[in-house]
Amino acid sequence: MSDLVGYLLTGLGIGAGFALVGSGLVVIHRVTGVVNFAQGSFAVLAALLTSTLLGAGLPHGVAEAGGVALGAVAGLIVGVIAIGRPGTSPGTSLIVTLGLGVLAYAIEVLIWGDQPRSFPGLTGVAEIGGARIPAHYLLIIAVAAPVFLFLAWFFARTDLGRALSACSSNRYAARVVGIDVRRMGLLAFLIGGALGGLAGVLTTPVQQVTFDSDVVLIVNGFAAAVLGGLTRPVIALAGGLLLGVAQTLTAGYGGGAYQVEVALVLMLTVMIVQAARTGGIPEPAR
Amino acid sequence: MTGVIEVRDLTVRYSGATALDGVDLTVHAGELVALIGANGAGKSTLVKVLSGLVHPASGTITVDGRLAQVPEGREMFGDLTVDDNLRLGGWRNGRKGRDTTHVYDLFPDLIPIRARRAGALSGGQQQMVAIGRALMARPDILVVDELSLGLAPLIVTTLVGHLRSLHADRGLAVLLIEQNARLALDLCHRAYVLESGRIALHGAAADLARDPRVAAAYLGGHVPVTP
Repeated sequence: MSDLVGYLLTGLGIGAGFALVGSGLVVIHRVTGVVNFAQGSFAVLAALLTSTLLGAGLPHGVAEAGGVALGAVAGLIVGVIAIGRPGTSPGTSLIVTLGLGVLAYAIEVLIWGDQPRSFPGLTGVAEIGGARIPAHYLLIIAVAAPVFLFLAWFFARTDLGRALSACSSNRYAARVVGIDVRRMGLLAFLIGGALGGLAGVLTTPVQQVTFDSDVVLIVNGFAAAVLGGLTRPVIALAGGLLLGVAQTLTAGYGGGAYQVEVALVLMLTVMIVQAARTGGIPEPAR
Repeated sequence: MTGVIEVRDLTVRYSGATALDGVDLTVHAGELVALIGANGAGKSTLVKVLSGLVHPASGTITVDGRLAQVPEGREMFGDLTVDDNLRLGGWRNGRKGRDTTHVYDLFPDLIPIRARRAGALSGGQQQMVAIGRALMARPDILVVDELSLGLAPLIVTTLVGHLRSLHADRGLAVLLIEQNARLALDLCHRAYVLESGRIALHGAAADLARDPRVAAAYLGGHVPVTP
């Protein structure tokens, strides 16, 4: 029983990271129609910068904020390159983001090398329901939960959030009422970058980061996002948490080697079922 | 006298094909003007140019005052609420310009459905939201693209009544782009007839309604009997 509680909490902590990456994908896809394959590299860049800033003696909090800010800036840069030119189709932009993700490898290896890095998070062990789990997992949950609440409030209750939703709901009508659709797309990339960056700085203390860690994040984040058809953030959140729990349960009761496979199998199943039902994930008309 | 909308010698081409060819059109302050024409005559192109969504090959467009558009097909933000749709209509006006009270005063029918998804409404309700959303921009001129399309006659009559009172009470100018020529000529002071991208006829709406060419092409061949 205490094992199960431990796996669940650990899984929620890991899953919150996936959910953050997945939500970033969803925010960008909703507003721009682009599936952003550079999403994982925002997390990696943020984590690597945070490790450097902590190494330089900056206090916790400041260093992490610097990492998240870099994720946001990276998101904006990817957005400018991917959708900056008017008339770029979402399919073309997708390939551009894929290329930028690979370019990010080169930059990361040049600056930080190719060895795994990590940095200490919240130390100590918490005991809950008889389970002893590293306290940092609880910190991940404690930070991610208000972020998701904030996002829900932002999109439903602020005019800027409504304008972002309007772009995904009806691009033409958004232009008619005077919303700058391209600028909203860039804002979505900025938010997506910050969410990716937050995932990176939160999960690195429990999972080392290398330049190619983005693959695990993007596979899991995409699996989480695809559960909600890439358009529903709440389901991306639930999907991310579910994936995290499924993986720790697999690792705990089965073998640790199969964690990514869990995400892949889940993602493929969802995509096949959705394709059978609706004919695939529709690419929004621009 | 210059108008709120001054279009001079406007030409628009889509990848070689000419959609509008030397169009002149004026809407004066507080005037109701109709633009009628068949499908593909270039009506929608003119609307897109006026809203800045399409750039002309040549010619000038002067808009003096604030212009808001009621787009063809209503173009709701379908998964947002009626209230959100209206608020977004005031997007250009900043925070203070997004108070929806004046629209609900005008369309009390929208009050009970303000929290419903716009995509789930009937066509008539959506058209009301579309007009309300345009009014949120506090326009001097309303460009209404296909008011009656797909709506029941009774609902169209109600909407026409709303446009009439907006014009009478607030001095709102309206450019009505309409397939239903009879409705347009009945409501408006002046009218333009667009054919294959050119203005074929223009003049007082009452005169055009009696014009045999208009009657033959747009009013089902019947010249209305004048008393």
